[in-house]
Amino acid sequence: MANPDLVSSTDTILTVDHLTMRFGGLIAINDLSFKARRGEITALIGPNGAGKTTVFNCITGFYKPTEGMITLTHTDGSHYLLERLPGHSVSWKAKVARTFQNIRLFSGMTILENLLVAQHNRLMIASGFTIGGLIGLPNFRRAEGEAVDKAKYWLEKVGLTDRADDPAGDLPYGAQRRLEIARAMCTGPVLLCLDEPAAGLNPRESLELNELLLSIREIDKTSLLLIEHDMSVVMQISDHVVVLDYGTKIADGLPEAVRNDPKVIAAYLGVEDDDVEKIEAQVGL
Amino acid sequence: MNAPSAAPTTGSPPHAATRPGQGGSEFLPAVKNAALAALVMLGLSIPIIAFRTENSMANELILLPRWRVVAVLCLIVFAVRLLLNLGGIHIARRRSAKRREILVTRVEAPTTLGQRIFFYAAPVLLGVAIGYPLITTLVNGGLSESRYWIDLGILVLTYVMLGWGLNIVVGLAGLLDLGYVAFYAVGAYSYALLAITFGLSFWICLPVAGILAALWGIMLGFPVLRLRGDYLAIVTLAFGEIIRLVLINWVDLTNGGAGIASIPRVSFFGIPFTADEDGFAATFGLEFSTMHRIVFLYYLILVLALVTNIVTMRLRRLPVGRAWEALREDEIACRSLGINTTSTKLTAFAIGAMFGGFAGAFFAVRQGFISPESFNFLESAIILSIVVLGGMGSQMGVAIAATAMVAGPEMLRNLGFLSAVFGDGFDPNEYRLLLFGAAMVAMMVWRPRGLVSHRDPSIVLGERKAISGALVKEGHG
Repeated sequence: MANPDLVSSTDTILTVDHLTMRFGGLIAINDLSFKARRGEITALIGPNGAGKTTVFNCITGFYKPTEGMITLTHTDGSHYLLERLPGHSVSWKAKVARTFQNIRLFSGMTILENLLVAQHNRLMIASGFTIGGLIGLPNFRRAEGEAVDKAKYWLEKVGLTDRADDPAGDLPYGAQRRLEIARAMCTGPVLLCLDEPAAGLNPRESLELNELLLSIREIDKTSLLLIEHDMSVVMQISDHVVVLDYGTKIADGLPEAVRNDPKVIAAYLGVEDDDVEKIEAQVGL
Repeated sequence: MNAPSAAPTTGSPPHAATRPGQGGSEFLPAVKNAALAALVMLGLSIPIIAFRTENSMANELILLPRWRVVAVLCLIVFAVRLLLNLGGIHIARRRSAKRREILVTRVEAPTTLGQRIFFYAAPVLLGVAIGYPLITTLVNGGLSESRYWIDLGILVLTYVMLGWGLNIVVGLAGLLDLGYVAFYAVGAYSYALLAITFGLSFWICLPVAGILAALWGIMLGFPVLRLRGDYLAIVTLAFGEIIRLVLINWVDLTNGGAGIASIPRVSFFGIPFTADEDGFAATFGLEFSTMHRIVFLYYLILVLALVTNIVTMRLRRLPVGRAWEALREDEIACRSLGINTTSTKLTAFAIGAMFGGFAGAFFAVRQGFISPESFNFLESAIILSIVVLGGMGSQMGVAIAATAMVAGPEMLRNLGFLSAVFGDGFDPNEYRLLLFGAAMVAMMVWRPRGLVSHRDPSIVLGERKAISGALVKEGHG
C-alpha cells in the first residue's frame, strides 16, 4: 500500500484509505476514503447513524477497523498507521487528541488536575517513572512547573482561569465543553478530533467556540477534524467538508459546494416529501 | 436559580409559627408509632432472642427462656423510636432548611468546620499514636500491665496499614479488590519460609516479602485488566481463596493447615530481644522485660503504617497517582489522553499488594505462628469495609475506621456492667456482629460515602478547596 502520492504530499495530515468497519452483519463504514489537510478545519457531517463517530473511533484507536488504512503524517515526514497503534499510543506517539460527544471529564478532579492528567506521559518520564518523583528530584518539579504553565495558558484561552481549583463536575455545560477541548489540547496534538463540540451550546457559546477553534488552527497550528450537526459552525469555520450517509461518502469539498450538492440536500439537510423523487431522479439514485 | 429556591425559604415562617399548636397532636401518633416498632421488635425477638438452647445435665437439648432480655430490647426500641419521632421532626425540618441554604450558597459549602477539625486531627492523632505506649503505661501503672493495650494498638495499626494499602487499589484507582488478604498471606508466608529455610533476618525478608507480594499483585492484575465492577470483584475474591487453598494443600512447602510455628522473632536491627549477655536489655543496660519486644513491634508497625501513608500521599501528587484517580473517574477518557491504562492498573495492584506484603511479614514476625486460617475471606471483607467506611481515597477516614472497627469490638469485652440490665450470663461480646451490622446500616443511612467523603485536590493554583464526594466517582471496577 505504499502510495507515492501520499508520501510526497506533506500538506496532507490525515489520509483515510478504503476504511471499512463491520459490526457483525452491520456495515457501519463502507469503503471510505478522504484526506484532511494540515492547518485546515475538516468537518465530517451526515445524518444520525451515518457512521461519523465510528470513523472517529477508528481514527483515535478505540475501534480496530475491519479493512483499510489510516495514515497520519507529521511535519517531519514520519508516518503513523493509526489502525495499528495501541489505543493510548494514538495520543502519545501519533499526537491525535479527541473529545467525546457526551463529555468525559474527570468530574471529581479539579480543572487544573484535568489538564495535568492530559500531560501524563511527559510528566511520567520527567518523574523517572515515579521513582525520581518519589524521592523529589528537581527535574520533576521543573517539568511539573512547565505543565502547570501550559495548563494556565489553556485555562486563559478557554476563560476558566478563576475556576482552576473547582471540580470539573461543578462547571456549567458550555464550560465543560471548552475544558474538554483544553484538556485535549494539553496533550500537544497535531490533529484535534472534536465529536460534536457545539452540541447543547446556546448561540453565544457556539460563537465563542468558533473563535476558539479558529484560534487553535491559527495560533496553536493544530489541524482540526470535527463532527458537527450545527450548520452555523460547519459552514462558518470549516475549510473542507466530508459528508457521510449510511457509512459511504456522498460528498467531499468546500463548504459552499457541499451545501449546494443535491445529494447532500437529499440525504442530510432534508427535502420536502414531494421533492424526494424529483431530487432522487436528478442525482440518479 | 436563586428566585425559585428563595420562595420556599420565605414560605417557611408561617409553618414554623403553626408548629407549637401542632405539638400536642404530634405526641400521640409518635407514641403509637413507637409502640408499633416495639411490637415488631417483640415479634422479631421471639424466634431469635427469646429462647436459648442449652445442654442440660442429662445432655439433652433444653430451651432457656430469656424474656428479660426481650423486654429490655423492646423498651430500648420504644424509647429510641419515640425520641426519633419527637426529635426527628425537628431534625428533618432543620435539615431541609439547611439543604435549601446549601442550594443557594453551594460554592462556599466546601470549607466546613468538619474539615478544619480534620486539618488539626492528623497531627493530634499522630501524637497520640507516638505517645500511646507511654500513655497506657501511665494509665495502667506499669509496662507489663499495659501489655493488652499495646497488643491492641499493634492490631489496630496493622489494620490501619492494610486499609491504607488497599486504599491505593480501591480508593484511588477504583478497582474493587475482594482478595486483598492474599497479599497479606504472601507477605507472611514469604517471611516465615525465608526466615526458617534460609535463616534470613527480618530486615532482609521485609523488602523481599513486599516485592513478592507486588509480583503476585501483578499476576492478579493481568487476567483482570479487562474486567470491571462485579466481575472484577468475583475474580479477586477467587484469587484470595486460591492462595488460601494452595497454602492449605501444598503441605510440603507450607505445612498445610497445621501452619508454620516458631517463626524467628524480630530483632532490634540485629540485637535479639533476649535475656542473654548480647541481648537488647543487656546491651542498653536495661532490666530484661518481654515488653521491650512488644513496644518495639508497636513502633515498627507504626513506622510501616506511616511509610505507607507518606508514600501514598506523595504518589497522589505524582503523575501516576493522578492517573489512578483519573482511571477511577473515566477510563475511556484516560485512554484518549494517551495514558497506558494497563500499566497504570498494574502499578496500582502492585503497590497496593506490596504494602499488604509488608504488613503480612510484620504479622508473621509478631505472631511467631501463621496458618492459612488467618487469611480467610472475612479478613478481606474487614479490610475492605475499613476502606469503604473510612471514605474511599481518604487516609484520615481509613485510619479512624480501622480504629473503630478493630478496637470497637474489643471494647465490648469491658462492658460487663451491662449484665446488670440484661440479666446474668449476658456477654456483649456475643453481639459484636449484630452491632457491626447495625453500625454498617447506620453509616449507609447517614454517611453513604464514608466518614470522610470529600476529596482533597492534589495540586492547586490558588485556594485549596475540598471536592464534594457527590462529584467523585467510585470507579467501575
